[in-house]
Amino acid sequence: MGLSSKTPVYDEFIEGAKDGFRVVKDILPTLIGLMVGVGILRASGALDMLSGLLAPITGKIGLAPELLPLVLVKMFSSSAATGLLLDIFKEYGPDSYFGRLASIILSSTETIFYTMAVYFMAAGVTKTRYTLAGALTATLAGTIASVIITNLVF
Amino acid sequence: MLNYLWGLMIVIGIIVGIFNGTMANVGNAAINSSKEAVTLCVSMLGVMAMWTGMMQVAKKCGITSSLTKALRPVIRRLFPDIPEEHVVNEYIASNIIANILGLGWAATPMGLMAMRELRKLNGNSHIASCDMCTLLIVNISSLQLIPVNIIAYRSQYGSANPAEILAAGILATCISTLAGVIFAVTARKLGRRSS
Repeated sequence: MGLSSKTPVYDEFIEGAKDGFRVVKDILPTLIGLMVGVGILRASGALDMLSGLLAPITGKIGLAPELLPLVLVKMFSSSAATGLLLDIFKEYGPDSYFGRLASIILSSTETIFYTMAVYFMAAGVTKTRYTLAGALTATLAGTIASVIITNLVF
Repeated sequence: MLNYLWGLMIVIGIIVGIFNGTMANVGNAAINSSKEAVTLCVSMLGVMAMWTGMMQVAKKCGITSSLTKALRPVIRRLFPDIPEEHVVNEYIASNIIANILGLGWAATPMGLMAMRELRKLNGNSHIASCDMCTLLIVNISSLQLIPVNIIAYRSQYGSANPAEILAAGILATCISTLAGVIFAVTARKLGRRSS
């Protein structure tokens, strides 16, 4: 398709690949910071304590308490959630129930507060009306759907 | 925001570590995690660069612009207050397409351009218009069909089939987007009735 429209496909590929390179280069420092943070939390036993505290709440929607921190953190920061996801992969393995569910949850939700801050700042809006309620509805629906689908499929 | 979150992570980790007597583990975890982050990024470079390169080719060949055209009717439904030939239609369409293809870095600039135009349409008000709310909710509901980065992480951590979550992820994404769209459309109708 690219060849037929006389596009310099290779040159464009290189251009795009440079972009990808830049993205990874930019997230490296963030990822180091956040993986260190999560690593410290995990090693100290704080993550397990948090899961224990939250167990009664998450039980209601069938979500394992081990995954609640992931859902909460994802609302604030995508890279911090990535840190937690990798921690779950390390602890339980990517093909475990937790690993799969965490992958599906992260692929079906977005960062709420960051996105709202950036977009509304660009528009000079201070009153966001029902945006937050709608965003939370979508996130909750995605999370519940992830749990149900994972239980059914895997 | 992240400053507090990260600061709390470290402080809580250290305090709990002292109480649990796990300080040695905490120190090791900090060093190992930083090494791991670098290893991960180096091995992710290939997949990411390959993907964004392919996407760039698709863009230049006009695949994205024809997708944008195909999206027109959907946008008219979702954003009924936007004049039909207004440039903001293009921005919103590009934003949605980039999101679907998982090009976050391309989606955000387009989304911000759209917000700026919507602001003009809204008379520079500091109160969000219905169209702004809808755009935000749709963006946050996650549109990305192929979570390239998650698949890359899974393969990095030795998954036997990194892409096996694809179908389930797409389904969950559709459900979250559907919930967001239903909410946005209903809220718009209710708002109109009350005003």
